[in-house]
Amino acid sequence: MTDPIQAAETVLRLDGITKRFGDLTANCDVSLDLARGEILALLGENGAGKTTLMNILFGHYVADEGQVYIASPGTGLSELEAGSPHAALEAGIGMVHQHFTLAENLSALDNIVLGTENLSALTSARKPARQKLEDLIARSGLSVPLDARISQLSVGEKQRVEILKALYRDARVLVLDEPTAVLTPQESDTLFATLKKLADDGLAIIFISHKLAEVIASSHRVAVLRGGRKVADLPTADCDLRKLAELMVGHEIVETVRSKGSPGAPLLALNAVSAGEGRDALHEVDLTLNSGEILGIAGVSGNGQTMLARVISGLQVPASGTMTLAGNDETGANARKMIDEGLARIPEDRHHDGIVGAMSVSENLAIESIRKPQNQRFGLLRFSAMRETARRLIETYDIRCQGEDSPARLLSGGNIQKIVLARTLDPEPQVVLAAQPSRGLDVGATSDVHKRLLAARDRGAGVILISEDLDELMRLSDRIAVIHRGRLSAADPTEALDRGTLGLRMAGQSGEAA
Amino acid sequence: MIRFEPRPPASVSRMLGVSLAAALAALVLAAIPMLFAGLSVFEAYGLMVKGAFGSLFAFTEMLTRATPLILTGLAAAVAFRAKLWNIGAEGQLYVGALAAVAVGTGAIAAPAFVLIPLVVIAGALAGGLLMLGPTLLKTRLGVDEVVTTLLLNFIVLLFVQMMLEGPMQDPMGMGWPQSEPIVDEAALPKLLDRMRIHWGLVLALAASLGVYFLLKRTVWGFEIRAVGENAAAARHAGIPVTATFMRVGLLSGALAGIAGVGEVAGLKGYLTADLSPGFGYSGIVVAMLAGLSPIGVVFAALFIASIFVGADSMSRATGVSNYLADLIVAMALLCVLVSGLFLRFKVKFITAPSAREAGQ
Repeated sequence: MTDPIQAAETVLRLDGITKRFGDLTANCDVSLDLARGEILALLGENGAGKTTLMNILFGHYVADEGQVYIASPGTGLSELEAGSPHAALEAGIGMVHQHFTLAENLSALDNIVLGTENLSALTSARKPARQKLEDLIARSGLSVPLDARISQLSVGEKQRVEILKALYRDARVLVLDEPTAVLTPQESDTLFATLKKLADDGLAIIFISHKLAEVIASSHRVAVLRGGRKVADLPTADCDLRKLAELMVGHEIVETVRSKGSPGAPLLALNAVSAGEGRDALHEVDLTLNSGEILGIAGVSGNGQTMLARVISGLQVPASGTMTLAGNDETGANARKMIDEGLARIPEDRHHDGIVGAMSVSENLAIESIRKPQNQRFGLLRFSAMRETARRLIETYDIRCQGEDSPARLLSGGNIQKIVLARTLDPEPQVVLAAQPSRGLDVGATSDVHKRLLAARDRGAGVILISEDLDELMRLSDRIAVIHRGRLSAADPTEALDRGTLGLRMAGQSGEAA
Repeated sequence: MIRFEPRPPASVSRMLGVSLAAALAALVLAAIPMLFAGLSVFEAYGLMVKGAFGSLFAFTEMLTRATPLILTGLAAAVAFRAKLWNIGAEGQLYVGALAAVAVGTGAIAAPAFVLIPLVVIAGALAGGLLMLGPTLLKTRLGVDEVVTTLLLNFIVLLFVQMMLEGPMQDPMGMGWPQSEPIVDEAALPKLLDRMRIHWGLVLALAASLGVYFLLKRTVWGFEIRAVGENAAAARHAGIPVTATFMRVGLLSGALAGIAGVGEVAGLKGYLTADLSPGFGYSGIVVAMLAGLSPIGVVFAALFIASIFVGADSMSRATGVSNYLADLIVAMALLCVLVSGLFLRFKVKFITAPSAREAGQ
């Protein structure tokens, strides 16, 4: 536990921070104190201003009003120079961004030392650096192969490198932006165990999150941001899930409840499909999806989910095996054909595969059906028809944007996902493939995704839900299969499963016995 | 201290303003070496303006020079839009010219209304086919098209030289490495009497409108933009990425090929190995100056052509090397590239406060 005398020592103070971007006020009069040895969770929906606030702290942005104060060792609080990441680093603030800032082709050691060495020195003092790091690793438990290239490391390891980078620079305040967004549940648990240990050693930690469970499990105090304002700042012990959710969203949450499905005839079938090679390969996968059901695919990230989605999407031709959709052989079909046959695909990386950021909302809504008669005639685009459809979809799917002509990249993650949902679900597809559909989304957007998937099921579509979130899977799926090292288990009814069984299967144990 | 802050997407008027400012800045920067050369800057620029716009002849010469630049500029712009880095417009221009000569020097006897389109099509086809190879290598094997298209330029030029000293040499040419002349029925007609300006300009302007229309209004254009902006998302959305690259490659090569046709069948009348003073490479500058906009390409080509023609005339009058033109064009490109920074970021100058103390 934290020493109470130490805990009272304030190391960081944000005072009345206000930041505007044009008409948008990203932060409005936010004040925050952080004590030594404390883990503070900064909670809020997408667009609530969490990242902006931390970017001001780290000097990426300059606040329009308000100051940041930081304590130096032995002295009291003093003002931090605004707008200078260099000053922030000097003052002992370390930041781990959501998207890592590592040089992929350098070793972990090089990445950590990068920027700390004197440029005019002729030799690089790697020995003392390595010594210091090995001490840090031993103390914190952040095990990282120091000599491996970053490109060879897993996501969890990369994150540990980022944390070590901050610690190596003697950070006394560590900021983590959505640290678990890219981690598996197991990796998240390890991360929080490490953070607890570091906090006990005196590090002050702020982590940004919109996942309520981890906030409750792992923080000492929670500050909730909503619409750029701080709406709550209270000890975690005084919170429960419901209270936090309501503070974050600003109104009561209605949980999605699944009614019993009425599965019909088989729609999509994979027969002994193998594809790809290496870590993400598929090995003789059998799968049958019926109409009117949601089939969940559980598994730890990197066990073949991506390849499975690519095969079904028509982006990867299987090396062997067959795939049928509604009785037609689709083995080796391309994406265009799969779409035309009535398959809706929600890609796991919506920014990378889902939208063309530079194109408008209306163009992104039309991109999958651009060759359909409703969008073109004799090869000429029908702009007014595209716009009209876009306006209708923006309305129906509640896409928050500045009109159908604004570039899609300006939208938040949740709204980008709504574009994908609108485009894929509006033509009432018979099969929906949803890969990690709620990853990185806030509570509101997630429940919207869930409702849409259940609605698709209820009108008779078959839905494949690939997810790493067990709660999501248990809540939505009628049956759940587990993927491990590219092999898919048989799908069992959700009622017959519990988290323990699934967890074991995800770890590759007793998969066959069940 | 200088700080860059990201800004929202710039408006069209702002983009135009920055482009003009960049051109102006280039002229100012180019004035410095002029001063060193002992020239009066205003006089020199006055001579350049006169050389490009001072008379009907000067003006038509400038337009004649702009004609191939519009086409090679379009070739670069349309390819770069799809992130297909075609650096080979120079080579495509030469094979276009070679094809025009092959068809248009008497091999086929036909009236002008048949032969002229035939010559243009032959040139376009030759340019397009030359670009097909690098495009195929890129899409099938992942070979970098920057390297293949660039190196093809030299191969093509050597090939043209070989043809001009061998099978295609003009027997009446007294041993000069040049082709037989284009027959009258295959020559692009002049636009004005006693001027060199020819129908290639009309072709180039039409091509610019055509490319604009293609990119903006058609399914193919939509697919080109989607592939260029995010190929992964385009592929995921079922857009035929490989086929789109093929179309772009063919179109880009064809446009450069037509530039070659214009030079040979509209201007020179026969093919030599010095047909193009680097129009293919200048086309890249034109496209960049135009921000890859097909309409903008026309104006960028006019700008560059007036600098080239104006500098030629100025150098004749003052004895200063016309390399100055290259210098101004290079400055303009640098200024435009730098100006991109001002479009994307707000630049703030900050007088460094006693920040050090505050940070301690």
